[in-house]
Amino acid sequence: MSSTAGLFGTYGGRYVPETLVPALDELEAGWRDAQNDPAFHEELDALGRTFAGRPTPLTRAERFEPNKRLYLKREDLLHTGAHKLNNALGQAVLARRLGKRRIVAETGAGQHGVATATVCARFGFECVVYMGEEDIRRQRPNVERMHLLGAEVQPVELGTRTLKEATSEAIRDWITNVETTHYLIGSCVGPAPYPELVRELQAVIGREARAQFLEAEGRLPEVVIACVGGGSNAIGIFSAFVADPDVRLVGVEAAGAASLGTGRAAVLHGARSSVLADGDGQVTDAHSISAGLDYPGVGPEHAWLRDSGRADYVGATDEEALAAFRELTRLEGIIPALEPSHALARVRELDEEQVLLCLSGRGDKDLAEVLAH
Amino acid sequence: MKKLVIYLMSGHATPELAAAAVEGGADLVELGFPFSDPLADGPVIRRAAERALADGMRTRACLECLARTRELAPDTPLVPMTYAALLEAYGWDRFAAAAGGAGATSLIVADLPAGERPELRRVQLVAPTSTDERLRLAAEQTDGWLYLVTLTGTTGARNDLSPALAGLVERARAVTPVPLYAGFGISTPAHAHAAAQLADGVVVGSRAVEVAEEGPDALRAYVASLRQAIDAT
Repeated sequence: MSSTAGLFGTYGGRYVPETLVPALDELEAGWRDAQNDPAFHEELDALGRTFAGRPTPLTRAERFEPNKRLYLKREDLLHTGAHKLNNALGQAVLARRLGKRRIVAETGAGQHGVATATVCARFGFECVVYMGEEDIRRQRPNVERMHLLGAEVQPVELGTRTLKEATSEAIRDWITNVETTHYLIGSCVGPAPYPELVRELQAVIGREARAQFLEAEGRLPEVVIACVGGGSNAIGIFSAFVADPDVRLVGVEAAGAASLGTGRAAVLHGARSSVLADGDGQVTDAHSISAGLDYPGVGPEHAWLRDSGRADYVGATDEEALAAFRELTRLEGIIPALEPSHALARVRELDEEQVLLCLSGRGDKDLAEVLAH
Repeated sequence: MKKLVIYLMSGHATPELAAAAVEGGADLVELGFPFSDPLADGPVIRRAAERALADGMRTRACLECLARTRELAPDTPLVPMTYAALLEAYGWDRFAAAAGGAGATSLIVADLPAGERPELRRVQLVAPTSTDERLRLAAEQTDGWLYLVTLTGTTGARNDLSPALAGLVERARAVTPVPLYAGFGISTPAHAHAAAQLADGVVVGSRAVEVAEEGPDALRAYVASLRQAIDAT
């Protein structure tokens, strides 16, 4: 591995202890091999159709926003309730190809944990999910789901007791059990090749949405908008439009966890990216009502898309997300997760009329949090 | 003579502790510069890092701690051990220069594997999972000695010396003449004795950090017990 591989501009790379480098090399080789193997793609397509519920529909949200042609890409209708399953299924097939039968993962909102526990049940893998104690409190139904699916949920009591610490603990588990274990990372973050691998597994969102939008409107959207925590649903839907210069890409971060809006170049969880960190490189706390966005880092490709000007990143507050959550529920009969509610909160002020929004997950998990506000 | 390396977390009392470790028989002292998210560290060093950060041990304070340690231990090699995030924030070249200016004789960056930023002169780490090709690369790029991570895992005491160490030493000897120092999971004189029979030096971290909390006298006595065990090889 050369020192320039796995980079998006100057972001990305592999800032990991030596113990993991051979495992990352093996993963990279296995991933290239799978990408060139039609059987891998056929298996993934079949799993998507027969197990996950792909393709997911595109829904016009006319009552939520009558002044635009707003379409929602309905990843909330995917099995397990969020886009996370696209990535979990792909990495499970990859883990089986690599001969790994134990899976570790981190989770924030619990959606990635549930997706991981689900694919582990489906493939007969041992599954350990690290989750911060604060998130276990906020996302109780997903913890119960993981238990029912046979996963071991390891509470993380360190530091902020949220996704950042859960990710560190999952990586430490991987360092310890690297010979038997695949680390099923949940977003387009982490050391190379994870950011690229997760993007490619989530790119199915963009491929479908592009064709569906073309069919519905006879043209491409003027703007594609998605929420960004680690950024995997956004990079998945953006990826189909990056090469279309007339399509504006907009990422919406939680205002209290705006790694791209207020962060600086720093190293976290194996990659250089834009991170909420102080002048000494120490990572600072993120704050969001949405556990899935409550992360001080972001995928390195987003940092690069920001710097190159190809994508714009804006913020939405907890209150704005909650208002959008309630409005979509009442006006469209769709209960969104709090994460994409941040993207919904920014739609009306867009100048463009033709809008594609990634509704990355459903809101069942967030009811307690919403009712408490 | 086998070498004894003691790791201490930077802090206000660390210069005196380092001097005590040298009096006890340490040949080299590693000074931890704490990071908020240390992936290679187990619970003891993680907690020590949290405390140090809460205590204001940011990069500048750590460099001052290093300079004072240099005054109290003028002849002992001193090696800051930290994470890439601190160098990224301080400036890679500027960090190396500042550490050298404060008395560091080399550097260890726990999450910067061999092959990355080869221009940064540092002690490279290798692990039981390292391929022979990576052992060779790390040995070529390392600064003076090679840090053998004895086990697949994070820092911290274990019941037994890792059975993976013997094989790692054998593979490393086959590709390089540089001295090999073994660390991770070594906490007792018995571990140190066993590790010193295989490697050229022994690194003790987490247990030394724990004993250091009891003060310089306790640390001096603990280091002396390790020294004795190693010299009995």
